[in-house]
Amino acid sequence: MLVASLLVASFVIFGALYLAPGNPIAALSGGRSLPPSSLRVLEARYHLNQPFLAQYWYWLSSALHGNLGISITLRENVSSLIASRVWTTAGLVLYASIIILILGIGLGVLAGLRPGIVDTSALVTSAISAAIPSFVAAIVLITLFAVKLRWFPALGNGTDFVSNLRHFTLPAVALAISSLAIVARVTRAAIREEADREHVQTATSRGIPRRQLVRRHILRNAAIPITTISGITIASLIAVAAVVETAFGLNGLGAYLVQAAQSKDLAVVQGISLVLVSAFVVINVVVDLAYAVLDPRVSLGRRAG
Amino acid sequence: MSAAAPTPLVIVRPSRARSATGLLRGTGAAGIISAVVIAIAIVLAIIGRLVAPYNPTSPNLGLDFIGPTGGHFLGYDFEGRDVLSRLLAGAQSSMLGPLAVVIGALALGTLLAVIAAWRKGAVDAVISSGVDILFAFPGILLAVLAAAVFGAGLTAAAIALAIAYMPYVARVLRGAALKERSQPYIAALEVQGASATAICLRHIVPNIAPLIVAQATTMFGYAMVDLAAVSFLGLGVQPPAADWGVMISENQVGIPEGYPLPALAAGACVVAVVIAFNVLGERLFEQAQGAR
Repeated sequence: MLVASLLVASFVIFGALYLAPGNPIAALSGGRSLPPSSLRVLEARYHLNQPFLAQYWYWLSSALHGNLGISITLRENVSSLIASRVWTTAGLVLYASIIILILGIGLGVLAGLRPGIVDTSALVTSAISAAIPSFVAAIVLITLFAVKLRWFPALGNGTDFVSNLRHFTLPAVALAISSLAIVARVTRAAIREEADREHVQTATSRGIPRRQLVRRHILRNAAIPITTISGITIASLIAVAAVVETAFGLNGLGAYLVQAAQSKDLAVVQGISLVLVSAFVVINVVVDLAYAVLDPRVSLGRRAG
Repeated sequence: MSAAAPTPLVIVRPSRARSATGLLRGTGAAGIISAVVIAIAIVLAIIGRLVAPYNPTSPNLGLDFIGPTGGHFLGYDFEGRDVLSRLLAGAQSSMLGPLAVVIGALALGTLLAVIAAWRKGAVDAVISSGVDILFAFPGILLAVLAAAVFGAGLTAAAIALAIAYMPYVARVLRGAALKERSQPYIAALEVQGASATAICLRHIVPNIAPLIVAQATTMFGYAMVDLAAVSFLGLGVQPPAADWGVMISENQVGIPEGYPLPALAAGACVVAVVIAFNVLGERLFEQAQGAR
């Protein structure tokens, strides 16, 4: 399934951009008219005289060897352009994931175990923050913490680890805020459901201490839906990172993808899309694996209904 | 016993989907408030352009980033245009875009789900694995790809998002349709010789309708966020057209200068509408699930 998804995804990415209007030769020559002999040389070098499937095969096999072609705007290797930006995106997504896991699951567990005022306020807060798009969060955070309070820088990457942490804090929060709320809500619902189960009530009536009950009977069972939703939301951050990177002027893959889409730098669009979709698919597969580890009833290779 | 007249078949039909007002009444106070917010947004999307007090697109550079004054409740934007007028005019594309996404994704997703549930077997397997593969494309990424191929614009972004959302619709509805398919009344209709299309359109789809409505509502919120994000990135609605996503993007320049109001006002519009759709969608889901 993993390989099939990746193959189809790569095919779609290549195919879509193959269909894009515009002549690759014109892009390569910068609009100058070339003598037929050099046209033929260019066509042969970029396999443009070959059928579509052959071109796809050349692209895919060189992509697997780490060669994603050349950016027409920067005249540089797409792979090295990606390599220089991948850590910004990876760091941002990782930072946001940590925030989501700690705060999202933490709030969810708290709300799930404490009905009443804690629960109600957590529900209301999460309903609001689930609806805050990353770019709205970005402008609010910049207004408050960068312009008014001057606690954090508004734009750009840092230079070393500590300054990176400062530069990435607001973007990571902006990226995390709506996913955090979704994780909290699902966690709360899962905890509530497990706590209401018969075996938990039986255990309570037998006088098993609350702590042990929560850890062994509620959290362990609730871990399954919590893992699923965390995995799905974290995977989706990969795409949303483009918005946050643009809002905060970080030079990550997503912001670069957007620039490339605007300037029709198709080799870059293809390369970054391939990297992002692959990361997305791989994270989803990892979540499926984690699911199987957590829930012995699920066996791999067999999918329920 | 004489040759008996054929016994009329008694078919127990599950109750049809409830009326819209009945659906809404079941969602409680929060649901009704959300519905009111949504209704206001829809009205503004239709008449906003007409009731806008000032021209939303003609710039007046002498007035850029002037705060609220009499007659201009929200002040002027980065090009000296009335912010309130732009918000009102922007309701149209901000609401129409998500509507197109939802209709597209629902039509495609419902069609595939019902076909998969009806034919089962190989057809179901092909549709389900096709849908699984489409999950590999996050909505925003697909929209950016579409912009790279077809050029920036609302149409390309909306089509891309409809395709990206379709798998979620198809997966949920396929399960519901399968359950409905296994009901005895469907088998009875088949025996009576009703055509597959008729059974699907007249019985299966109406009976999973509450779930379809719930999904449409939740999806509208997501579509609004994603489309506004694409416009924010400069790949959706193009300035100088008024659109909430565009307004956030173009008025960002005011934030470091201490004029965050135009951008924040547009953001607040998006958040308010999205909260309303999320809350209502959640209530409708609970109801649809409870009814099964």
